[in-house]
Amino acid sequence: MAKGTVLIEVERCKACGFCVEFCPTKVLALSTAFNSKGYHPPHVIAPEKCSGCDLCGMFCPDFAIFGHRDVPAASEINQ
Amino acid sequence: MSVTTIAPPANPVERFLRTDRMPHIWCPGCGIGTTVNCFTRALIDAKIDLDHLAIVSGIGCSGRVAGYVRLDSFHTTHGRAIPFATGLKLANPKLQVVVYSGDGDLAAIGGNHLIHAARRNVDLKVICVNNLIYAMTGGQTAPTTPGQVVTSTNPYGTFDTSFNLPHLVEAAGAVYVARWTTYHVRQLSRAIAEIFQKPGFSFIEIISPCPTLYQRRNKMGDGLDTMKYYKEKSKVKNGAPTSEVGLDKQGEIIVGKFVDRARPDYRELMVNQMHESLGSRFIDPVAAECEEGEPQGCEEGLCS
Repeated sequence: MAKGTVLIEVERCKACGFCVEFCPTKVLALSTAFNSKGYHPPHVIAPEKCSGCDLCGMFCPDFAIFGHRDVPAASEINQ
Repeated sequence: MSVTTIAPPANPVERFLRTDRMPHIWCPGCGIGTTVNCFTRALIDAKIDLDHLAIVSGIGCSGRVAGYVRLDSFHTTHGRAIPFATGLKLANPKLQVVVYSGDGDLAAIGGNHLIHAARRNVDLKVICVNNLIYAMTGGQTAPTTPGQVVTSTNPYGTFDTSFNLPHLVEAAGAVYVARWTTYHVRQLSRAIAEIFQKPGFSFIEIISPCPTLYQRRNKMGDGLDTMKYYKEKSKVKNGAPTSEVGLDKQGEIIVGKFVDRARPDYRELMVNQMHESLGSRFIDPVAAECEEGEPQGCEEGLCS
């Protein structure tokens, strides 16, 4: 059961691969499809593993991806 | 698996961006966007009042940050981000002023301003994105470029000694000095949140890849390879003596919080001195404003 979801804005991606490399649970892979700029954006290969930690969102230099916790962690409820 | 397009909930960084200016000009694999992510996460975590926040940038790739964030921001002339920010802070002490710029801007053309702002301990939060080169102008040798690196002005390799920025600003008098790389996103975000609580001159150096001009010319791979290098070769040493944290081309990168100390800041010293020499004739403008019934300054304890 996935604890989180990862959302990708394909058109902003420049395929640096940071999110794919540093995803702690290896949810992502670069796809073979192109975006309109000719880059290969990441896609989700293992949605059930996503913990929603948002590390992809912190690494992404192009603001094209982020993780979202479906069930907010205790520390986030008060915010 | 299908690729999901963006739908609510929105990316946490989105509300801090001028989305009409996206996509940005930074190269694929450049670390500046990562630092912006950490910065915006820190703004959320530290619950910063965005009406009392100003970002000042100089010239360079990282100087573009001022243009991309939807905050009160100023894109100043080359090297003069710190003097501009000093004026901003003195004219409006309630503002949290962040200087967000690169190594070429802060340490080269603005080097004098950097050390003198640290000496005076002006209450600025300086975030220096250090990619070890002048990136926007074509990859010339910068004062932070380590030895044996091929640049466009040193095609046979650099040979002069580079600046060790944490050591420089500590010696000049900064109260908070830290270094992280773009790989250390969580630590960096926490460090930025921390400097908002710290009065005085705070300095965070962020080591960032420049895949187009630094790594490519030196056959060091792309942005991702550099991030893997940071992961492998960086060593967290909080409180390490800054004289020992110099960088070289392929060596270890010492990261962490090096200095965290307290010194009276510039405004505090100025007010004290004015009180001492002028006595009752000196009226602190912030305190005077409070008496007239503007509540914001009082909450921050500026006129106590």
